[in-house]
Amino acid sequence: MSGLIRAEGLGKTFGGTTGWLSGKSDSVRAVDGVSLEVARGETLALVGESGCGKSTLGRLLLRLIDPTEGSVWFEGRDIASLGASEMRRMRQRLQIIFQDPFGSLSPRRTINQIISEPLEVFNVVKGRKARRERVAELLTKVGLPPGYMDRLPRQFSGGQRQRIGIARAIALNPAFIVADEPVSALDVSIQAQIINLMQDLQRDAGFSYLFISHDLAVVRHIADRVAVMYLGRIVEIGSKRQIYSVPQHPYTQALLSAAPEPEVDTVSSRIILEGDVPNPSALPTGCTFHTRCPIAQEVCRVKRPSLDEVAPNQFAACHFAKPNPIPIG
Amino acid sequence: MSALLSLRSVSVNFGRGEKALRVVDGVSFDIDVGGTLGLVGESGSGKSVTSLAVLRLIPERLGWSTRGRIEFEGQNLLDLPADKMPEIRGRDIAMIFQEPMSSLNPVMTIGSQISEALFLHGWPNRAKRHARVVEMLRLVGIPDPEGRLGAYPHQFSGGMRQRVMIAMALACSPKLLIADEATTALDVTIQAQVLELMKKIRSDTGTAILMISHDLGVIADICDRVVVMYSGRVVEVADIRSLLQRPAHPYTRGLLESVPRKGQERERLYQVPGSVPMAGSVRQGCPFRARCSVAVDKCAVKMPPMFRFAEDQRAACWVSAEQSNAPVIEDLK
Amino acid sequence: MTEPVDPATTETMEPVPPPVSVVSTLIHVIFSRPATIVAVAIIVAFIFLAVFAPWIAPYDPVQQSILATNLSPTADHLVGTDQFGRDVLSRLIYGSRNSLIFGLVSPVLAAFFGTILGVTAGYFGGIPDRLISRVIDLLLAFPELLLAILIAAALGGGFWNIVAVLTVAFIPGFARVARATTLAVKQEPYVEAAVAVGLRTPMIIFRHVIPNIAAPIVVLITLWVASAIRLEASLSFLGMGTQAPNPSWGNIIRDGLNNLFGSPWPIVGAGLLITLIVLSFNLVGDALRDALDPDTSK
Repeated sequence: MSGLIRAEGLGKTFGGTTGWLSGKSDSVRAVDGVSLEVARGETLALVGESGCGKSTLGRLLLRLIDPTEGSVWFEGRDIASLGASEMRRMRQRLQIIFQDPFGSLSPRRTINQIISEPLEVFNVVKGRKARRERVAELLTKVGLPPGYMDRLPRQFSGGQRQRIGIARAIALNPAFIVADEPVSALDVSIQAQIINLMQDLQRDAGFSYLFISHDLAVVRHIADRVAVMYLGRIVEIGSKRQIYSVPQHPYTQALLSAAPEPEVDTVSSRIILEGDVPNPSALPTGCTFHTRCPIAQEVCRVKRPSLDEVAPNQFAACHFAKPNPIPIG
Repeated sequence: MSALLSLRSVSVNFGRGEKALRVVDGVSFDIDVGGTLGLVGESGSGKSVTSLAVLRLIPERLGWSTRGRIEFEGQNLLDLPADKMPEIRGRDIAMIFQEPMSSLNPVMTIGSQISEALFLHGWPNRAKRHARVVEMLRLVGIPDPEGRLGAYPHQFSGGMRQRVMIAMALACSPKLLIADEATTALDVTIQAQVLELMKKIRSDTGTAILMISHDLGVIADICDRVVVMYSGRVVEVADIRSLLQRPAHPYTRGLLESVPRKGQERERLYQVPGSVPMAGSVRQGCPFRARCSVAVDKCAVKMPPMFRFAEDQRAACWVSAEQSNAPVIEDLK
Repeated sequence: MTEPVDPATTETMEPVPPPVSVVSTLIHVIFSRPATIVAVAIIVAFIFLAVFAPWIAPYDPVQQSILATNLSPTADHLVGTDQFGRDVLSRLIYGSRNSLIFGLVSPVLAAFFGTILGVTAGYFGGIPDRLISRVIDLLLAFPELLLAILIAAALGGGFWNIVAVLTVAFIPGFARVARATTLAVKQEPYVEAAVAVGLRTPMIIFRHVIPNIAAPIVVLITLWVASAIRLEASLSFLGMGTQAPNPSWGNIIRDGLNNLFGSPWPIVGAGLLITLIVLSFNLVGDALRDALDPDTSK
């Protein structure tokens, strides 16, 4: 597999400026030196708890937010350093699917207007009538009857709106789509519909997903590889099989064992982490996970672990990952 | 074991006459003393309205009305005069919600909020109240409970706030705790902490728990029995083991199979087609039939009654009942 | 391949045409409540009066008559006459012209400029926001009437001066609402979605921001119409608005006050009309606010 998009040392700090009449604000280190690569046609899942920076990382890759440092290489260019008009052209290739099916569609625009907007901006389909036909095709592709394209978003259910958002995202045949919690706002019986749809579309068009989610069950189904984030850093990344069967980082292990499953007799070996996620404006020293880690030692308080290869293509940022892997179960 | 709470043919209507919307329709189930019951359903299933009906928090003046019997320790709550309900709420039946921040008063310290709840339910002695508040905060795992009495809700994290809510709910030793999506807004690792806490509290205090959730994983974690609701109706009631291993209703099967499960990797997820209907929008026949893969003609005509599939498993489905020769249950009225 | 459309998706959507037109929204607003129907009828009646004043008014509003001063209502003079013998009803009817023109022109102008300023400040933030916000704060520190009096005293009376005065007085209110709602709309995922599909900033503002902040602005216009009528009356009452002998409701009250013991009818008539029209615009504003909220309207 060849690399499609690659982040190098990507970081984002929010706030921390002192301005005239605006006062001071605490700086929050949302993403801290992240490097990763998504291959053509693959799905990389990004998992972590709220506030871990996974949504920010997704937006940095699309440059919906400007990074504080680092670069994003896509089709041979660093999009972090592109000018505004070049970046806008690049947006044909980079798309996003949002979490909130209610907020992500402009409430006063019809479905046709919403989906044809990207076609219009890049003038890939000329003429209103031709665009209507293309919108009808796209709606059929995402499983909605094209006859409803002149309706407003509020006339659709959550799942149907998510299909509309997906149609907008694939309208320009992008190469890379960030899906930010695309099913977490939907009812359980609707989630499967959307996940199947997303996989079908990927199989047809061959684009890559960065699938941001906190739902480990969904990730196990859809991902090829999984990256686990904690407080702005990637603590472990590897193939789905590696992450789910032989997780090396204690945070990954805790996360996996904490997720409740609809099974009987599974709760025997649950790892319950102590305490809360620390405030990201005052990060712990060393390994940021040491305040909650069940196996933390003195070194973890002092030294930040690097993301090292612990098995072929599996990387973990833990001082004890390689010499002393902890078996799960 | 005798039933602590028992609902019989409970219906909640919005509006009157022909246009009335039946948001909850003929719901019957029991919770045993010290038992844990899960109430599962998607949006519009009527699960939250059902729990509000139990506490009689349905706004009757706005055109809502509740029918049927809701018996708590043998007494029909719907017959009680309205001014007796506050005594039962909080003291006998307590409730915790999804978003603890909106359920806590932001300008009162958590100590005085819990203390106030105690005062209202027969704890006149200030020193005893203080001791009880500290005891409760310790029970739910707040570090340094004495020192945290004077803290305000915003000084706690989401998980800690939910613990405070649980402490407040449990302060008066209720016999029943209703938890409405109480862990949904929490992160996985924090949710695990709160679920662990609820299990501990159940075994320590014997409080019965009605757990309302859309997440069968959460329900499976702490509940003995499960009620599955769809579009305002109970479609299946069963002990957790039967429900997970041999679901009788096609909707329950759909719910279970559409969630990716460990050790059952497959190419495509099983998908229930269509949209979730609004409760009460299907007026004739089985509300699930439009999305059901096994529906027959009969399903469009007549709402199926409850059939008995096992000792503690009943479901409302014509097709499943015929397949496994399940008898109709007559005695639930 | 994608799955075929699942049948239930189509089934649950009944074929209703999209109720999106402005006309249907307006009809919905007007007929939503009895009070609103009455209020709209009153406003329509006033506009009719103002437009067709020469045909409706029984007398010339500035025609004096020494023989008929300070009359109580009679069959000839339905609201009596003032101290110069002018027919009060005719003066009130002609006066509605000034009041309504001032009432409509300055809020609309203020909404236009206020929205530009507010959206600029809210969408771009940073230095434009700080500059605009400080100027708005400065203007808001003055009560509208005081501001209006100051400017009117400096520039003198006259139609356009009063329009300018009221417009400047109202701009901060619109700018502040536009800025606040823009800040909220800017956070909506659909604005981020517009950035993600490559839309240019002006298009994002015109297509996705302005339509979604329009509702509170329109509501504010109706509320300010009432205030503008009131303020014009106050300025005229203070002698800085419409100049005698031209009638406006404000100077009718002023003249009436000087002659309160001669005849109370000018004050009663004009006071009643101001109350009625202000109340009507406020009622319509309330109804619009409810109807234009995308979450509550059908």
